[in-house]
Amino acid sequence: MLSKKQAKVFFLGGTLLFSLIFLGLSYESITASIPKKTNADQISDAVIRGKHIWDSNNCMGCHTLLGEGAYYAPELTKVYERKGETYIKTVLMSEKPWAPRGRQMVAYGLSEEDANDVVEFFKWVNEMDLNGFPPKPSEALQP
Amino acid sequence: MKYKSQQVAYWFFALSMLLIILQITYGFIMAFAHYGMDGLHAWVPFNAARATHNNLLVVWLLSGFMGAAYYIIPEEAQRELVSVKLAYIQLITLAIVGVVAIIGFHFNWWEGRKFLEIPRPLDYLVVVNVLTFLGIILATLYKGKQQTTTAMVLTMGLVFAALLYLPGMIWFDNQAMDAFFRWWVVHLWVEGVWELIMGGILAFLLIKLTGVDREVIEKWLYVIVGLTFLSGILGTGHHYYYIGTPEYWLLIGGIFSAMEPLAFLGMALFAIHMYRKGGKSHPNKIALSWTLGTAIVAFAGAGLLGLAHTLPQVNMYTHGTLVTAMHGHLAFWGAYGMLIFAIISYTMPLMTGRKLFELPSNIYAFWLSLIGMLGMTTAFAAAGVAQVYLERKVGLDFMVAQKEIEIHFLILILCASLFTTGILIFVYNFIKYGRPNEEAMQPEEEFEAVQPAA
Repeated sequence: MLSKKQAKVFFLGGTLLFSLIFLGLSYESITASIPKKTNADQISDAVIRGKHIWDSNNCMGCHTLLGEGAYYAPELTKVYERKGETYIKTVLMSEKPWAPRGRQMVAYGLSEEDANDVVEFFKWVNEMDLNGFPPKPSEALQP
Repeated sequence: MKYKSQQVAYWFFALSMLLIILQITYGFIMAFAHYGMDGLHAWVPFNAARATHNNLLVVWLLSGFMGAAYYIIPEEAQRELVSVKLAYIQLITLAIVGVVAIIGFHFNWWEGRKFLEIPRPLDYLVVVNVLTFLGIILATLYKGKQQTTTAMVLTMGLVFAALLYLPGMIWFDNQAMDAFFRWWVVHLWVEGVWELIMGGILAFLLIKLTGVDREVIEKWLYVIVGLTFLSGILGTGHHYYYIGTPEYWLLIGGIFSAMEPLAFLGMALFAIHMYRKGGKSHPNKIALSWTLGTAIVAFAGAGLLGLAHTLPQVNMYTHGTLVTAMHGHLAFWGAYGMLIFAIISYTMPLMTGRKLFELPSNIYAFWLSLIGMLGMTTAFAAAGVAQVYLERKVGLDFMVAQKEIEIHFLILILCASLFTTGILIFVYNFIKYGRPNEEAMQPEEEFEAVQPAA
């Protein structure tokens, strides 16, 4: 029967082993794979400013990006491709709450400059390699 | 209660009770908004309600963990806390930071990173606060007469929780890197080190409530926390499927996160087995119900419902939908909410000397909150699955799909009302217990005190 000491070795040994594997894989991810898959060389100053605007207004409190955030408003990973620059800018610069089908967004009334930065951010996100996310709708279910 | 300084725990629990009520209030605001009634939008937009709801959860759970530690550590180390005054200062500053953060959310002051919304200046205060807390705990343990496994596992969980807060404070220009490290905090907290805290508190409760030999309970505690880390550390990979991360995480995350329910199953079987093994019967039955409840519901909510959407093939469709909210609600309530209710139920009679555990309303608090939460989980599941099919499989526009699932939020609100009724009864009883007092102090082992020799 397992003794308390053996159980302790299982806990400490296992934790150490799996932590090391995790750290090793994480190192590969952050130094090699992520920069490549996200086109890190294309992160311009405008993209960074756009990310600041995204974060400082807690856009993730309603929307999702890369599938992360809240589930109250649309997923925006591919919004640049889906809606285009003009539509995005109109929403961001609107002085009145944007409310498609009645669900209201906060009226941010961004300046044209800020709106351009957010568009640049979306444009960069749009090009990421996300292992197939978001999924394409099933063809069998199309009318 | 054997040591006077254990009374500090009461005030941490009181803060938890206050914050859970606020958390639920914001939950209702969001549920009504999803149902189409967003009349408060101008004052409390959804993102403010959401940040408030999530952060209040984190703060009330942390406050509960801290209260639990302040109660458990003196008893395990067999000495008073090194400083009661510092503990009170720590409590007050925790409350102030929490309140300032929440008010800030209503004025668009935040960092906007899911679960880590609180603004940067407050992050530093959190760090100072937690260091103070750990200082008190570690010093007490170090100066104590003994260092038990239960106390060590609990403390290890608290120390790692503090350390893991730090990667969340690094700024990255790359959204994917930002997300990568955000999960070091969020995932490695709730599916890693918080489970150590849970294991420690659970072991303490089982030792006290069942009377089973400490050596046996602590042996299995090691096995369970071992399983937690064996699956949970690489299980972080299930957050790295679709965020600009390499493909090997699909395999690693899939395999290891599919093993995560094992740790929770272990915890549930452990609690049930120890309960059956313990020959004696503790009079505080309701504390036992919450203790067994937390172990079992954690397995259902965190283990099984997590498994339901953790495989990459499934997660491809459910990632970023209400299915996540389904899993999140039962997981947090089962693993951490009920755990704090268990330690509160156990300690209140000992701190106040009043045996209100015999009140029938305790049973209503337990079952109404549990059934209410199961109902809420079902409503989220129905909404989430429908959303996945309409939006991801059929390809309908987001808001078109949302209109179709609106009705599930009415059910959510009804079930949440049941849940809230249970919570309010619990809080009412908490208030009825009154303050801790010195008359409740007793020198002997509690089991001897409640189990008169036959």
